Amino acid sequence: MSTVQGVLDRVTRVPGVRGALLVSAGDGLIVAEQLMDGVDGRAAAALTGSLVGRLTRTAQQAGLERPAFVHLRAEAGSVLAAPGPDDLVLVAVVAPDANVGLARLEMIDAAARLS
Amino acid sequence: MRALEPWVVEPLEVFLAESSARLTLLMTSSGQVVAQHGFSRSLDVMTAAALGAGIVASTEEIARLMGVTRFAGLVHHGERQSCMLSAFGTPRGRWIGLVVFGPETSVGIVQLFFEQMVAQLVSSAPREQAPPPTLAENFESELDASLKALFGRT
Repeated sequence: MSTVQGVLDRVTRVPGVRGALLVSAGDGLIVAEQLMDGVDGRAAAALTGSLVGRLTRTAQQAGLERPAFVHLRAEAGSVLAAPGPDDLVLVAVVAPDANVGLARLEMIDAAARLS
Repeated sequence: MRALEPWVVEPLEVFLAESSARLTLLMTSSGQVVAQHGFSRSLDVMTAAALGAGIVASTEEIARLMGVTRFAGLVHHGERQSCMLSAFGTPRGRWIGLVVFGPETSVGIVQLFFEQMVAQLVSSAPREQAPPPTLAENFESELDASLKALFGRT
């Protein structure tokens, strides 16, 4: 199994995770994905890539380092993002009842392993 | 933003707001401009339309030679700005979109909202027959009228 598939497997094994993607943040395109039916991976990749890019620029303009983790909470679930090396972002789409704490730990660790 | 047909305006406005595209051109597959945003000179828009239609025709021929129906789109990545060219079907025939965008957005965002615009255009296009092709004797006056509509000249 490739490193990328291993990373996505780790994230999707967390209860409540509906899909995981590796996204190229600069162009908002999918590098790899493991998604349940009904999750629009292309939209998640494009919008999360844009969000992480803007948050990174905002943090840098404020004199902070790039975000280590982004949690966007909505009524029907959350989008989690962990920036990795080489402009890659590990993204997870999770249900409202997901174990977000465990997903966060797995994603930060998995994103670091991408280098 | 200027459009020759009013039903094109809303989908194009939504696309422009969501995608942050710098320039957008909608045209027929023969290069006749339907709507434009961001171009300031009629010469530029006519040139871009002609070149865009030519590129799409070339890539569709390459696709045919490769045994595939057609390519979904073509993206030129530039350092300061990029360009996406994509053909799509509408009830008014095959159209082409040419979008120029900068680093303030991404190709993923542009493609995502372009597809949404195409879906909106297809659903809002009037179902009656499109006007017949312009005859040669009317071509100059039709072209002049289109340019006035696209650039707001009186």
